[in-house]
Amino acid sequence: MNAITPRNAPENAYNFAYLDEATKRMIRRAILKAIAIPGHQIPFGAREMPLPYGWGTGGIQVTAAILGPRDVLKVIDQGADDTTNAVSIRRFFARVANVQTTTRTGEATIIQTRHRIPERPLTEGQVMVFQVPMPEPLFRLEPRLAETRRLHALGDYSLAQVKLYEDIAKQGESGSSYNHPVMVGGRYLMSPSPIPGFDNPKLHNSPALMLFGAGREKKIYAVPPYTTVESLDFEDHPFRPVRAPQRCSACGSATSYLDEIIADDKGGRIFVCSDTDHCAETQGL
Amino acid sequence: MKPAFNDPVFGAQETFRALMDAMARPGRLQRCDTLPDLPEALAPAAAAALLALADAETPVWTDATGEAREWIAFHTGAPLVAEAGKAQFLLATGAMPRLSTLDPGTDETPQDSATLILQLEALNEDAGWRLTGPGIEHEHRLAASGLPENFAAQWAANRKGFPCGVDLVLCAGARLAALPRTTLIEEAR
Repeated sequence: MNAITPRNAPENAYNFAYLDEATKRMIRRAILKAIAIPGHQIPFGAREMPLPYGWGTGGIQVTAAILGPRDVLKVIDQGADDTTNAVSIRRFFARVANVQTTTRTGEATIIQTRHRIPERPLTEGQVMVFQVPMPEPLFRLEPRLAETRRLHALGDYSLAQVKLYEDIAKQGESGSSYNHPVMVGGRYLMSPSPIPGFDNPKLHNSPALMLFGAGREKKIYAVPPYTTVESLDFEDHPFRPVRAPQRCSACGSATSYLDEIIADDKGGRIFVCSDTDHCAETQGL
Repeated sequence: MKPAFNDPVFGAQETFRALMDAMARPGRLQRCDTLPDLPEALAPAAAAALLALADAETPVWTDATGEAREWIAFHTGAPLVAEAGKAQFLLATGAMPRLSTLDPGTDETPQDSATLILQLEALNEDAGWRLTGPGIEHEHRLAASGLPENFAAQWAANRKGFPCGVDLVLCAGARLAALPRTTLIEEAR
């Protein structure tokens, strides 16, 4: 009978942080070029990871390529530290890299995220790693990748502007409450990954480096620190980050981004912070 | 043959993080001392940067000769090319190759551009150029000695081609700073 390995025991059968060194080098080269060309998508040879596409394989590969033994890793999924995706990715790196993990935003040096940016302001010592399902901001407007590459080269984003114009003409406001496209450094149109529009302003001139990894689509891109990131809008219809007008029913915050939760089967609902660490900190937990 | 990283995994990781921080915060000095025992012609930061990034998939150009050249060929496993314009990574220990002769990438694939690693005499913060651009909050200062006289003009021409352009890694001893193609250099008055 084989002994059963405890689920959190360090895993020594793999290289540090799971990926082999040649793969890490390839990803590292892509990351450096991504930083040098803010907002430009760079193809990379995404590997199969021990979890399915759509669960953050791009983010995991970026994290694995930059992670070192002195890093403290935080992983969030829709702002929460305790959801399946966040827990399993955190446990994955604790096992294959024996790295210290945390749920506290202030303690982390690398924060891998699915679809949120923490409420607590980021610092220069931190790196955000975004999991990206669809890196191409034009893909619903132009299905041919060869053509979108050309549009990016030409800086021709009229398709996205027409789409926004039609949204405003038809319904009075932008049709995207999340994944609202941004202009990076005044040059490249970029998908901020499906973060709520509420988080878009946090990308602008952030002290932290922002890295984006799309595993299935095999693209890496980046926003360096202190780089302009402007949500696509019009002068007479400026971009407006939206937040539910309630207070968090757990911590009372009137400024954090809220999740709406159905509380019973009689239509009752409550609003709570999407960022669980921020909520706990506000409550003094 | 002198050795490579003491620990191939953590040596490469530590070097890469110095490079990543350097590229994300242009002009800010990083320390990279992961290669204590090197051929005489190579300095620690420059050799480590090349070793951390180059491999069999990346053509490398270098002006290093003799033991240093053999060290690069053996430890990176990269094909050494004679023509600077064909290289993805370049390590110049002497005179800087003209930026306009290096691969700037294309408008659709600007990421294919060359990265030039320069081994210089000295690098200092808080003096010299005023740097602005992505990665810099207000301005960074950087003084680099050992660059060609017309460097500012070459860099301005390189920057004009954005998104195409060459990225620079400046090294002196164990110090390292980067100049991505987006950085604007103003000579100090």
